[in-house]
Amino acid sequence: MILDELGASTLRVSTPLVFAALGGLYSERAGVVNIALEGMMLVGAFAAAAGTYFAHDPWVGAAAGMASGMSLAAIYALFVISLRANQVVAGTAINILALGLTPLLCKALFEVTSSTPSIPLSDRFHSAPVVAAWILVLVSWIVVQRTPAGLWLRFAGENPDALDSAGVRVNFVRWVAVLISGGLAGLGGASLSLFLSSSFSRNMTAGRGFIALAALIFGKWRPVPAAVACLLFGCFEATQIRLQGITFPGGGSFPVQFVQILPYFLTILVLAGFVGQSRPPRALGLPFRRE
Amino acid sequence: MSGKSVQGLLSALFGVLVGLILGLLVVWGAGENPLTVLRILARGAFGSRYDLGMTLFYSTPLIFTGLSVAVVFRAGMFNIGAEGQLTVGTIAAAMAGILLPFLPMPIAPLVAWVCASLAGAAWGAIPGWLRARRGSHEVINTIMLNFVAAGLCSYFALYPLRNLQSQNPETRGIASQFKLAPFPLFEGAPVGWALPLALLMALFVWFLLWRTVIGFEWRAVGLNEVAARAAGIDVARARVGAFAFAGALAGMVGVAEVLGNSGRFRVGFSPEYGFMGIAVALLGRNHPAGVVAAALLLGALHKGAAELDLETDRVTRDLSLVFQGLIILCVSAEGWWFQNRRRKATAGSQKSTGVVPASNSP
Amino acid sequence: MTGTIPLAVEMRGVIKRFGAATANAGVDLQVARGTIHGIVGENGAGKSTAMNLLFGKYRSDAGEVLLDGNVRRWRSPAEAIAAGIGMVHQHFLLGGPHTALENIILGAEPRRHGFIDTARARADLELLAQAHHLPVPWDTPVDQLPVGIQQRVEILKALYRQARVLILDEPTAVLTPSEADHLLAGLREFVKSGRTVLLVTHKLREVLSWTDQLTVFRAGRTVATLRTKETTAEAVAEKMIGRKVDLKVRWPPGTPTTECLLEVRHLTTAHPGKGLQDISISARAGEIVGIAGVEGNGQSELVRTILSPAEQDLRGGEISWLGTSALRLNSAQVRGLGVASIPEDRISKGLLTEATVQENFILGHQRRSEYSSFGVLKRLAINAAALRVLEDNDVRPADVSVPARVLSGGNQQKLIFGRELHGQPRFIVACQPTRGVDLGAAQFIHEQLVRCRDRGAGVLLVSSELEEILALSDRILVMYGGRIVAEYGRQEATEAELGLRMGGV
Repeated sequence: MILDELGASTLRVSTPLVFAALGGLYSERAGVVNIALEGMMLVGAFAAAAGTYFAHDPWVGAAAGMASGMSLAAIYALFVISLRANQVVAGTAINILALGLTPLLCKALFEVTSSTPSIPLSDRFHSAPVVAAWILVLVSWIVVQRTPAGLWLRFAGENPDALDSAGVRVNFVRWVAVLISGGLAGLGGASLSLFLSSSFSRNMTAGRGFIALAALIFGKWRPVPAAVACLLFGCFEATQIRLQGITFPGGGSFPVQFVQILPYFLTILVLAGFVGQSRPPRALGLPFRRE
Repeated sequence: MSGKSVQGLLSALFGVLVGLILGLLVVWGAGENPLTVLRILARGAFGSRYDLGMTLFYSTPLIFTGLSVAVVFRAGMFNIGAEGQLTVGTIAAAMAGILLPFLPMPIAPLVAWVCASLAGAAWGAIPGWLRARRGSHEVINTIMLNFVAAGLCSYFALYPLRNLQSQNPETRGIASQFKLAPFPLFEGAPVGWALPLALLMALFVWFLLWRTVIGFEWRAVGLNEVAARAAGIDVARARVGAFAFAGALAGMVGVAEVLGNSGRFRVGFSPEYGFMGIAVALLGRNHPAGVVAAALLLGALHKGAAELDLETDRVTRDLSLVFQGLIILCVSAEGWWFQNRRRKATAGSQKSTGVVPASNSP
Repeated sequence: MTGTIPLAVEMRGVIKRFGAATANAGVDLQVARGTIHGIVGENGAGKSTAMNLLFGKYRSDAGEVLLDGNVRRWRSPAEAIAAGIGMVHQHFLLGGPHTALENIILGAEPRRHGFIDTARARADLELLAQAHHLPVPWDTPVDQLPVGIQQRVEILKALYRQARVLILDEPTAVLTPSEADHLLAGLREFVKSGRTVLLVTHKLREVLSWTDQLTVFRAGRTVATLRTKETTAEAVAEKMIGRKVDLKVRWPPGTPTTECLLEVRHLTTAHPGKGLQDISISARAGEIVGIAGVEGNGQSELVRTILSPAEQDLRGGEISWLGTSALRLNSAQVRGLGVASIPEDRISKGLLTEATVQENFILGHQRRSEYSSFGVLKRLAINAAALRVLEDNDVRPADVSVPARVLSGGNQQKLIFGRELHGQPRFIVACQPTRGVDLGAAQFIHEQLVRCRDRGAGVLLVSSELEEILALSDRILVMYGGRIVAEYGRQEATEAELGLRMGGV
């Protein structure tokens, strides 16, 4: 009974992570570091909540979330691909921008900064995001492994010079990849505000973009393992939510912080090669230019 | 050297200018008068001695974190982990104040300062060591360590050291002899000895980087790792050392927060000082004097923006974050533009070989 | 010379500059269809630049390129590929973890319903591989394939795109002799079908036994096109070296003592086919030992290995510096014995280009007691010493506070010399010390090396410039394929003889 509940809850809370990790996958496999996932999720969460509030239709909201994530991703791509700004610095800037922009917009639309008005249950998603997320995992797996576009994506991140000399424009591939990345992160944010809760609230992603990034690394930059890592991290979150209610006979409660830090801790171990080995795409973080 | 610093200064100012204009466009789009907002920002930051004090209060941690990011950058790496390092330093300062109540006055704050620095240094050394010995990239590791630090410190604040008198997630208060009184000049703003400490640290960073063997070796590694190694410099030790020192600097935020302000560790006390430190270092061209100036600018922006909540109808203090994001974006691209032109000018004759190999990174 | 055979490729008066440097100062090339055409020349003679122009990687500043008699200008490799040109680079352009099949079809994937039609790709490739005797395990990630097979993947990549003209840049550099013969025999078959091969190589043996014609490059120009059957190794070597008058001086010989400063015995490193094979060198105090050889024949590995033995992957052998066994020493410890080194690529290995001249001077000396005490740099002492070194070495501008990047190549190199020779090292390892520097600086640098020798230091001079080797060396060793293949005394060697040895003849 408890296990059933935990399983269902794991599936639910891992859904935003799955979307965002897939988003990170497209960008990073193409060679563009994406620590801006957090910011893209955040604007996605806000736009989805606002869109749904006005349209009374979660699908419109989800589309708005996706579009807003893509818009932010376009700014990011402009700076890091076309202007060759440092990806880590620009990514940090995008996150800060999203953190400031969302409450400002919230104030402009709803007169309050802390959160959007609550969306009635009838206008929210019930299970669609979970299904959509896992369908997208499979689609991504097929796209990356079986299509020409997927092959280009992988070469853009591994050996852009080879891709260039094969006649494919590397920076075009990267632009598309970053836009897809933003769209998926936006959907991740949408599933946070329309599925896991009933409104947008200030900084509601609370590091989920980074957890998604961690899951991506944990899953060795591959769609299915990354999604499974999201499930694992989602399971930690679900467990922690359950543990929060429990009080020990002595009156104390369980220190959930130790569960909270597990995803981050494990990612460090994996990246350092203490547990398994995770190797980033070879050209990750390097701007491309021909001569 | 001077030509380059002038260019750096110009590109930073240009970035700030473009960022501010874009930010004011956002203001205009939100339906407020940009000039009014500018006036509110200026008055909020510098309008009175108290306001100025609050600006300095916000600037102090930014000097520490900006220096922290800058030192690591000079050694050729990224410190996205100042947030975690300052969190650990702050809880360490609070622990010293709570667990060592028997220390007498002049020694007590010094001990807390040392504890905060050492804790930050230890936390900072981790990504340095991972990079030097395990080859895993410091950007991801520091991001992850930020969250680990947040989790661990929350645990201490909520369990062993919890303040049972309060609903807020925070530790008990430190013993009174640890506290540093604010300067009366600022009419109650919590600006005390932490500010001179920060300025002293800026001076020390400058001295260390440009006047000592260790600092020279760190910079050599940052400028050209291969040449540094060929010259017999222990690159791994330089990486760990620079990161540990950076961690200590970030950890000193604990002095400002715990000894100078709240007297305890409060979960979530930092408005992302660590991330703002990245902006500070970038704007300050990774030079201590620039860091101090940039910290004052961003501190003023932060303080000034706080007034927007009350004085305008349509924009809020969050505008400060929008400004910051836009400024960092513009400065980052601008810096690259200059750098590319320079590289082109020097590397022209070297470019005769055909293939550009993809290097192993990050 | 063109006669009745139609030309596949022609280049007329092609010029290419990179900034101030001219890589191609006038290239005229005529390649007959259905032949293997050799492109030979020393390092830096402009061969690779010309080939990259042909392949669309660079755009020429003047002159024209003709393919099958038509003037063509392509803006990218993609256009050159579409026109039927394929190139196998010396450094392969392969995506490591991807399979051989994926690497070959990249950018030209056969599709079915939007997916990659792997079955068809595999079938097409099987045919291609059989036709050209180039079997490849299709599903193995290329970074797990030996270099010889990786090269097949590169060739198949070009053939899959229906290349009619195939450019191979130093294709045998990474191959064992038997692999090389197999490859070249395959190319012979390949041209029978009317396709054309341009073979860029420095190995005279290969050029002479496998090509139909050959064109010699020297100093950015094409200086001769010869029928292979009608020429000899000596004639080609002479054309390659030319009659340059630069640095014709021969410095007076040294007077070596019996003290052996560097002793290398049977050194072998762990990269079969690529690393060092059974190298033995001894260098005494008071002599300059020259290592001649075309670049990429193990010189860089040799220098790296003797300067930081502990950080290398050694298979066997012994290294001793100044009588001390050095196999466990790292670069700092070797330096500590009094060994200085002039790196082969000063920008990437020797300088902090963004730091000041003064800081570049102190690099490596920073912990010496003259320049720091208790960890604090002695600014005045450093300043004075740096200024003195700049003046002694005639570095211009003699300003210690400018960044090193503003100095010219010659002045940068003189700065490095000043730094490395500062403190009277017992031994100097100098790699390509005059590459890219002007004549005056080169003269000065040579003088410095001779002066070091005459005060009793040992010098190991690694250079691919024959004149430099001949002008300075008291003894000359020739490296080829990771081995020492010949040794000469000061008077025994001639340019022609060395040229042949360097070409593996």
